[in-house]
Amino acid sequence: MGIIEAILLTVVTAATPLVLAAIGELVTERAGVLNLGVEGMMIMGAVLAFVATQATGSPYVGILAGIGGGALFSLLFGFLTLTLVANQVATGLALTILGLGISGQIGEAYVGMSGTKLPPIAIPGLSEIPYLGPLLFKQDLIFYISIALVIGVNWFLFKTRAGLKIRAIGDNHGSAHALGIGVIRTRYLAVLFGGACAGLAGAQLSLVYTPQWVENMSAGRGWIALALVVFASWRPWRVLAGGYLFGAVSISQLHAQALGLGIPSQFLSALPYVATVVVLVLISHNRRMTLINTPASLGKPFVPDR
Amino acid sequence: MSVAGASAERPLLAVRNLTKLFGTFAACNGIDLDIQPGEIHALLGENGAGKSTLVKMLFGVLAPTSGQISWRGEAVSIASPSAARKLGIGMVFQHFSLFEALTVAENIALSLDGTIPLARVAERAAELSRAYGLPLDPKAHVADLSVGERQRIEIVRALLQNPQLIILDEPTSVLTPQEADRLFETLFKLRAEGRSVLYISHRLEEVQRICDRATVLRHGKVTGACDPKKETAASLARMMVGADVPHVSAAGTSTKGDVLLEARHLDMPARTPFAVSLKDVSLKVHAGEVLAIAGVAGNGQSELFDALSGEYTVADQNAVLIRQRPVGQQGITARRLLGAGFVPEERHGHAAVTGMSLSDNLVLARNQSDRKAFLGGGVLGIIKYVAVRLASRRISEAMDVRKSGDDPTAGSLSGGNLQKYIVGRELDRQPAVLIVNQPTWGVDAGAASRIRQALVDLAKSGSAVLVISQDLDEIFEVATEVAVISEGRLSDIYPASALSREKIGLLMGGLQGQPEALTEAAHAH
Amino acid sequence: MRIELEKRPQASVFYAVLSPFIALVLTVIAGGIMFWLLGKDPVSALYSFFVEPLLDVWSLHEIAIKAAPLILIGVGLSICYRSNNWNIGAEGQFIMGAIAGSIVPVVFHEWHSPLVLPLMLIFGMIGGALYAAIPAFLKANLNTNEILSSLMLVYVAQFFLDWIVRGPWRSPEGYNFPVTRNFAPEAILPEILDSGRTNLGFVFAIVAAVLIWFMMRYTLKGFEITVLGQSERAGRFAGFSSRRMIWFSMLLSGALAGLAGISEVSGNINKLQPIISPGYGFTAIIVAFLGRLNPLGIIAAGLFLALTYVGGEAVQLTLTVSDKVTRVFQGLLLFFVLSCDTLILYKIRLVFPGRTAAVAQDGLQGGAE
Repeated sequence: MGIIEAILLTVVTAATPLVLAAIGELVTERAGVLNLGVEGMMIMGAVLAFVATQATGSPYVGILAGIGGGALFSLLFGFLTLTLVANQVATGLALTILGLGISGQIGEAYVGMSGTKLPPIAIPGLSEIPYLGPLLFKQDLIFYISIALVIGVNWFLFKTRAGLKIRAIGDNHGSAHALGIGVIRTRYLAVLFGGACAGLAGAQLSLVYTPQWVENMSAGRGWIALALVVFASWRPWRVLAGGYLFGAVSISQLHAQALGLGIPSQFLSALPYVATVVVLVLISHNRRMTLINTPASLGKPFVPDR
Repeated sequence: MSVAGASAERPLLAVRNLTKLFGTFAACNGIDLDIQPGEIHALLGENGAGKSTLVKMLFGVLAPTSGQISWRGEAVSIASPSAARKLGIGMVFQHFSLFEALTVAENIALSLDGTIPLARVAERAAELSRAYGLPLDPKAHVADLSVGERQRIEIVRALLQNPQLIILDEPTSVLTPQEADRLFETLFKLRAEGRSVLYISHRLEEVQRICDRATVLRHGKVTGACDPKKETAASLARMMVGADVPHVSAAGTSTKGDVLLEARHLDMPARTPFAVSLKDVSLKVHAGEVLAIAGVAGNGQSELFDALSGEYTVADQNAVLIRQRPVGQQGITARRLLGAGFVPEERHGHAAVTGMSLSDNLVLARNQSDRKAFLGGGVLGIIKYVAVRLASRRISEAMDVRKSGDDPTAGSLSGGNLQKYIVGRELDRQPAVLIVNQPTWGVDAGAASRIRQALVDLAKSGSAVLVISQDLDEIFEVATEVAVISEGRLSDIYPASALSREKIGLLMGGLQGQPEALTEAAHAH
Repeated sequence: MRIELEKRPQASVFYAVLSPFIALVLTVIAGGIMFWLLGKDPVSALYSFFVEPLLDVWSLHEIAIKAAPLILIGVGLSICYRSNNWNIGAEGQFIMGAIAGSIVPVVFHEWHSPLVLPLMLIFGMIGGALYAAIPAFLKANLNTNEILSSLMLVYVAQFFLDWIVRGPWRSPEGYNFPVTRNFAPEAILPEILDSGRTNLGFVFAIVAAVLIWFMMRYTLKGFEITVLGQSERAGRFAGFSSRRMIWFSMLLSGALAGLAGISEVSGNINKLQPIISPGYGFTAIIVAFLGRLNPLGIIAAGLFLALTYVGGEAVQLTLTVSDKVTRVFQGLLLFFVLSCDTLILYKIRLVFPGRTAAVAQDGLQGGAE
């Protein structure tokens, strides 16, 4: 395996959690809910996946724990913003602060423990293709899920009736309610899906990316995923492209550090965050395009009149 | 669809003693209503009479507090819009429940149950729209469509359910007279097929023309059931309003003063993808005149208001003149300081902050024009709340604003009372120029007549008044001059006496460029 | 069972006052459950967390020291949040203020003058304001979401601080530790009481809170902030500019966070090091909401959140539980505050299916298809 292949492999690993968290948040936002708590749900997924893997020895149980943890945690957000109509921005922040706190508490005993890495699954035949094979068809389960989710969400949103309802609610929740679409119930499901995806992204961090538990190991990836959704103009395929672009940026800075180019390592470490801001600026400076793409009821409170 | 004969003597829909309470307020109070198969039944009433609440209960959007609904003689509970649709009730909302970001076909698909595949929906919609003379492109995005086209989607959407009863909520309020005629033909076609129509309106002339029977509501109660063709407009109005509404005595001072408000070749590009751009708008309003700008909603009215008020400025300083001073690049504060006053269309969140008190809302509009009276402390800008409250009380008394408490929040007032306060807030300054957008939209008849009289009186006292309105009755009540806005272009200005409804209708359709259609009106100018 | 909201005709003043206290009680109950889950006696744990620090002069001073940055940042954030500008990067502005303020005592350490301290404070405010100017510029001119941009800049500031204390500013006398040289005595904020370490930073916090309270309560500027936060369109109608408000609120909150940063470094740490804040910039978000975005309320909320830091350290020693419980407490508190705020605008009703009117069954959520 050459150096290029090795680098590309790490790009895939770095991109997968971003793609996962962003595709979940994309569905949530398409339904008109802005959940800024991605970071919190992700870190809960990471710690629960690690703990469950240590307890059972199976990283697959860990994956389930991560998904379940993220989903349960998102339910808290759903209850506050959908049932109690609390401010979505503030509640998302609360979710992140609480998630970082609770995960630190749960993971305390596991710091420094070496974890179990999720094994890759080679797809017979396809994984033998030179170059592409090992890159795309000799990966772990979470990678395959991430690709399947992008394809699935794209099909679901634009080809199914349920997806149409989600887009309708995100465009105008008042009209959706008047038509008899269960706005709150659908939004709960969309929030849950976002939470499950963020939890899975967290599981990827503690089972694949760095198979161990480190406090705050999500390191802002939840926020970058939020930026990715904006970058992608709420379209699934662009989430995939954007996720890999960001994965490439964060990996290239690691390699640049290893090469020792004379640039202080801190500057290189800051690169993904600076890149996020730059990309956000490039995408959103056109006010008109932003208005067309953004789900019109995003972040707005909804109380059915009964 | 051969229902007409089967149950002729039994009403299709019977409502008994239906009541809806919001807290302690009874929006509907013991309503009785019968709708026969194959009739167009009018539901008449002012804004706030309970019409919308009643039909929302019939369509399952709201749950009744008590009472009974029977469908073809059987008691039913309509728990949701989809339950209503299953019974055979279709609804066309006043404020369309459409999704701007979706296509026509997607909008239609959303109101159908899941049995028809998405691909088939477009086909069926196209068939229906041809059959009823409602042309539509299923692939178009709603955001790009006119109000009339949007209404067609709503109607086709309702018809796809094959309903026995179609409810239309104020359908003509957004249409030109010509578009309305086309709608009536569709309704007659539906009646001929044995379907029933519940037609909600406050327009008497229309109801008398097309409806077979009428039920009149006032303050949530039924005040009359009649054959509208046997009543006079005056007797229907009395049932609706309860008492005679004072007539607005028109402006009509014959002496024209100076030009106080002027627009010269005003252009403004659309700010958002859903907005209209203003193209070469020129107008003059003299002292003593009320210029009314008619037009169907969404043809550039709010953009014109923005440009004239200075909430959004334009590049050309000379495009807008207030008291003959060019102000195109100046903001709203500078224009207020020149003596102009403004009343926007939207009360909540534009003309007033809903969660703030009335006196705070007075500071909102007059924080600079009345700086001396309302602010102290030099650069600190300390608000003198005692002075503000006194002024606020003065306005409430002058305009007869009914409220609970001395200084309640703007949101706690009824639409009519809040609008009286907002108009009074400007009149209190005796503005030389007043620009009003939809002054009586959603306002009860008493408040509306008071506001219109105030506008007329202001013009009589020597101010220039510009009224943007969709309500032709209102326009003929207050205007001395009339112009029509269509797709961001303004027609010539005509004396109000020289225009008929039909001619305004033609202008609304954008027939400005065809002089032969208007020669008569132009001659009178 | 289902929860239904009914909008109140007027916001409830009663619950506006009460809701933070209900939230506190709920947090304490939830905290008790957490200690019980951790196998500790909830009563004594809560006692040493919330009560013991109040009984001791030393820890009272610790509370004041920790409350100062929380209050300073919190009042600045309250202006942002009231005007609908979601600055969540105060942590980064705190750090940049600390660095900018440290230019004088670190780079010009041989200059001794009574002007050193005032200059440090001014530089600190400028540093924080300039750093907040980045998201402000991006939002006002390039339409970029300030939530994400201000947050990303926190990470950048943390790396920058790490670099500067390990690189150019590393103390020659520091045995290779990543710290700057210790500040000279005239660069250190004086203590204000004989009984302990509380320094002038606490006075800054109280003064800032009172001034901003006055502005919000009595002046047209305060009115402008409130109007623009509730409705941008109504603000435009009033002649206010939401764009200028972006600048005003971001620069003000950035300057206050910067002042908090340099005050913390000058008064408490006395040098720069890789970590100078236990997350004050984020905790201040909780302070702002717990104080209901009212500067006087924020003083009380800042003191309470400072207590959770000191209490967290206390239980770490006495009960050997992790100081992470502080974070959990803070997160729970914000959750409960946000939940309880619902009571101000809405009546909450529990609806039990089957007991409502016969017609209204099912479908109350909008029906199912």
